[in-house]
Amino acid sequence: MRRILFLARAEVLHVVRDRATLAQVLVLPILQLLVLSNAATFQVSNTPTYVVDFDRSSLSRGLITRFRASGQFQVEEQSESPERANEALLRGDVTMVLTIPHDFEAAIVRTGAAPIQLTVNAEKGSAAGIVQAYASSITAAYASELEASARGTAGSGAERSPRRGAPRIDVRLRSWYNPDLNYQHYMVPGILVALVTLIGTLLSAQNIAREKELGTLEQLNVTPITRGQFMAAKLLPFWTLGMINLAIGLLVAGVVFGVPMRGSLLLLFGSAAVYLVAALAIGLWISSVVDTQQQAMFVTFFVMNVYLLMSGLFTPIDSMAPWVQVVSQLNPVRHFVTISRAILMKGAGLADIARPLLTLTAFGAVTLALAIRQYAKRTA
Amino acid sequence: MKALLGLLRKEVYHILRDRRTLVVIVALPVLQVIIFGYAIRTDVDHVRLAIVDPAPDPVTLAIRARFGAAGVFETVAVVPRIDQLEDLFRRGTAQGAVVFEAGFAERLARGLPAGLLIIADATEPNTGSIVTAYATAVVQGYEQETMARNAAVRIVPSVRMRFNPTRESSNLFVPGLMAFVLTIISSLMTAISLTREKETGTMEALLVSPLRPWQIILGKVAPYLVVGFASVVGVILEARLVFHVPLRGSLTLLLVEGLLFILVSLSLGILISARTSSQRVAMMGALVGTMLPTMLLSGFIFPIESMPWPLRAISVVVPARWFVLVARSIMLKGVGLSYLWQPTLVLLAMALVLLTASTRAFHERLDG
Repeated sequence: MRRILFLARAEVLHVVRDRATLAQVLVLPILQLLVLSNAATFQVSNTPTYVVDFDRSSLSRGLITRFRASGQFQVEEQSESPERANEALLRGDVTMVLTIPHDFEAAIVRTGAAPIQLTVNAEKGSAAGIVQAYASSITAAYASELEASARGTAGSGAERSPRRGAPRIDVRLRSWYNPDLNYQHYMVPGILVALVTLIGTLLSAQNIAREKELGTLEQLNVTPITRGQFMAAKLLPFWTLGMINLAIGLLVAGVVFGVPMRGSLLLLFGSAAVYLVAALAIGLWISSVVDTQQQAMFVTFFVMNVYLLMSGLFTPIDSMAPWVQVVSQLNPVRHFVTISRAILMKGAGLADIARPLLTLTAFGAVTLALAIRQYAKRTA
Repeated sequence: MKALLGLLRKEVYHILRDRRTLVVIVALPVLQVIIFGYAIRTDVDHVRLAIVDPAPDPVTLAIRARFGAAGVFETVAVVPRIDQLEDLFRRGTAQGAVVFEAGFAERLARGLPAGLLIIADATEPNTGSIVTAYATAVVQGYEQETMARNAAVRIVPSVRMRFNPTRESSNLFVPGLMAFVLTIISSLMTAISLTREKETGTMEALLVSPLRPWQIILGKVAPYLVVGFASVVGVILEARLVFHVPLRGSLTLLLVEGLLFILVSLSLGILISARTSSQRVAMMGALVGTMLPTMLLSGFIFPIESMPWPLRAISVVVPARWFVLVARSIMLKGVGLSYLWQPTLVLLAMALVLLTASTRAFHERLDG
């Protein structure tokens, strides 16, 4: 035990001595959290819109006003030229074109029903679906408003009379866990995981490779320290660093971003403790396989790339191709992102996260064993 | 001129001799596009639905059947009480839920409104909104078909999804992915090449040669341009054949723009390597300087228009941002140079600035 502590102390001194590295490992994550959380958003708001209003009636103007007032759409330009609208769409200046035909008002007065046309730039698949849903709900709300006011003038006035044509199934909608549909509340718990992982894995991946380059690994090999003790001593400082990063990150998440913390923080730190062993063991394993720091860095970046993009951090796991979903079970980042979001946003307890947590434990045990074995092979 | 040709030949030998690296350089982008093309998607086409039906009756069964037939929903659980939902949501077993009021059919028969609650797991807000929208549409479809509604005021939007009617997200992500993998591989290639000369000491030999700085830079960039172009052709082929991304515009234009973009990325790499002293620092710079910004600020995954203005401003200097725009516009919108002259000029300007800057940086080293 004392040997482990000695070696660990040497590692700590290495990090603390080098002010630049220290700043890097403590400040960089916070900076990343602040920047990335703002960059990583699929939020659909202020959709730039082109309005082609052929009708120019009070009803068509009313509809356009509803679009403007919704906050979801920003009317960039308005004209009566479909060609110019098309050009704006091709140039990418607008995402949606709202076309109101000539006899819009007349049709509503006469038959009660009138068509409009929405042309959406569907390049961005799912965003287009949301734009369409917003637009439809605005027109539906406007239609029922018109209907109510028509009845209102016939009847007693301001009081909205019960609608004859009201749907008889009374549909209510609820958005659980994130009622304001705040994207940052979703991204921050995920990005926290990414930065705890990145720094720790990069440092640990370089670590043994550097000892090899400097030749100090030989020195360590002739000391009475065992392989297990060696790995433990390498893990301990980075593990502590990861936990500190997580704590600082959580503080920023709560104070700056107002991320809800519905579950037990103790459980989150407990899971992080397990997860970090898995993440760092990967780094150490890479480090003992490669010969130079450069190779270590290259491999780490490639692995991290795959891990991050396939973890469900940025795009949902459920949307991935079926075989990718299966493969991503091997990705520890995926499991901890799931755990972190479940605990913070949904208030999940131990029973709810049992599966990903067990997977992580198994993963950590296997990679750690691999790293130790790999190191042994080298020294033999 | 002869000296330049000599340097070019030397670089080509370097590239050809190291077969393993060559394979990595050409194959890695292609491989990454395959992996990420299948992974980075945002389609919501399979929703795990829980149903709370305290007292099943013909109407609730009919609505449940419609959810089953909608193609998007998969019913994972049917429970009698709403408080059993919490567990299903927390574990992620269910993403959405439909809750029927007890005595649903009976209330309808008596002319009373029957309550139906749609719950979505909105942890991921977009998926949440889409789930609610789909579910609402299913219920409305049922209503319209089975209960003749009195003619009320209706505005009927007819929706046209331009450029990507099936809303396939690989159409969106694959062109962006091309930009991502090409940036990283090409800036990495050149980033190492100059610093390697420094580390092995052959830089001195180059310096005493009659080659001028711009010739050295050119000699370093040109051979890799060919290799990079092979990757461009590879990833475009892949986009067409594996992911069936449409190519509505001109292939020639896309290839030329691809070449231009490779040039920008190579120049970025050469600048990094002219400014740094060791391979390690150069690689770190190339990776950190290109990977994260390209991943996040190029619009490849996250739409730039959703970002706050400081980040939008920064994104202007990210080369991939412009190529993502160009690639998507050519492939999906089928537009030509008359719409794309602006990003093309930006890319050209970037290449010029980066190349000039690296020649200058090289000068400084010569003097120092």
